[in-house]
Amino acid sequence: MMSQKYNAIKLDRKDNVAVALRSIKPGEFLAVQGEHEAIEIKENIPYGHKIAAIYIPKDSKIIKYGDCMGISTEEISPGYHVHVSNVRGLKEEERLSALMEVQQR
Amino acid sequence: MKTFEGYRRANGSIGVRNHVIVINTAGELAGLTKKMAQLVPGVIPVAHQAGKAQYPEDLEQTIRTLRGTAGHPNVSAALFLGMGEGDPAEEIVSALKKDGHHVHAITFQKGQSISVVLNEGKLWLEKAMERSRNEQKETADITELTIGLECGGSDAWSGITANPAIGVCSDAVVRDGGTSILAETTEAIGAEHILANRAVNPGVGEKFLKIVKDYEMRIRDTGEDIRSANPTPGNMAGGLTTLEEKSLGCIKKGGNSPLMEVVAYAQKPAEKGFIFMDTPGYDVESVAGLAAGGAQIVLFSTGKGSPTGSPIVPVIKIGTNPKLYEIMSEHIDVNAGKIIDGLNTIEEIGEEIYRKVMEAANGAPTAAEKHNNQEFAIWRLAETI
Repeated sequence: MMSQKYNAIKLDRKDNVAVALRSIKPGEFLAVQGEHEAIEIKENIPYGHKIAAIYIPKDSKIIKYGDCMGISTEEISPGYHVHVSNVRGLKEEERLSALMEVQQR
Repeated sequence: MKTFEGYRRANGSIGVRNHVIVINTAGELAGLTKKMAQLVPGVIPVAHQAGKAQYPEDLEQTIRTLRGTAGHPNVSAALFLGMGEGDPAEEIVSALKKDGHHVHAITFQKGQSISVVLNEGKLWLEKAMERSRNEQKETADITELTIGLECGGSDAWSGITANPAIGVCSDAVVRDGGTSILAETTEAIGAEHILANRAVNPGVGEKFLKIVKDYEMRIRDTGEDIRSANPTPGNMAGGLTTLEEKSLGCIKKGGNSPLMEVVAYAQKPAEKGFIFMDTPGYDVESVAGLAAGGAQIVLFSTGKGSPTGSPIVPVIKIGTNPKLYEIMSEHIDVNAGKIIDGLNTIEEIGEEIYRKVMEAANGAPTAAEKHNNQEFAIWRLAETI
């Protein structure tokens, strides 16, 4: 394996989560491809899993691929694991209202 | 303007291959179709099991797929094998002939000798091969190219490396005036509102939502619930948190371009740009639908190394992780695993995929073609009667 200059990527510039390209340990720094800001990792992040890249308040959108992939069920600080313990999927009415919102543009 | 050298057909379309095929209308003739192809070197068998005794909707879909396959721009000539009374072979052939396609039908009658039929087919195919060898290439531009977008044998990296890189290529093809068709309706369930929001107008968005809903209903009728079953425990272990996330990882093969049109399985789009085709998640049937709908090349991401190819279109395999490339490099055309190794960005791999598309359009064989992987199956909605 090549030595990596970064250990995570963002799939879109608008994303508030990054994806770990290898397993990252607490105390390491998050190095996102194409970005310079370093965030200290607070939990074990298995490869392929998501890390909060900024502070995410409770009940706000988790953005990956530039789109909303779920809602935070608690506040998530940068460097923490973003997964099933702190994120839920959209409810039917939320998906529909997301649709209405844009159709009314 | 990006250009490629292809084969101009009588109906104006342009092919990136010049295949001569044998294709059956009745499932009973699948074996004989393969035998017929073996009689003339270079002829490709397109054998399948779908035949008669189908619901009207399925019969229509089967015929549309057969017509789209035989009338595909990558096909120089097609020989149909049919059987018995009411076989659609003659009808399909006469419709294709009107469009200038080089086609012929042999319909078996009761008590007819197989050796006589094989001989008739052999003579026609030999002439078709000779004719195809004399066809000259001409320059076409990217606006005449349609690519299909597919995944099969996905893994935890598919949505992180290969699919977003395919999305970069798809956006670039669309920006340059070409067409890209995203498939697999099942994979969009959970993110359909996001894709519907990209529709050029509410009509296209609603049509997309309808095909997703219809598909989901058919699945529910069998007692399965895709929404509750996904993401699977394996997906979650791999880092996927919600159904929206899983589906986004799949539909991002279609990049961020506006959705211009939604077409039925094996239907040819009327618009250019980014299109969605209603197909199942099963890769063999999905690729056959994309091809029959006019895609000249298919981009295919795989994490587990699905060898699926097509008898008529080059399938470009994009591997999602470095390990797969190490183990199965002979099946892979582009190694998106380099993103994980930190060697390339998603954008760079997207550009590499685009270069592969143009190479394949100019005749360079893909990994699936080198291995003669020529899977073909037609999507059917109902049971056999």
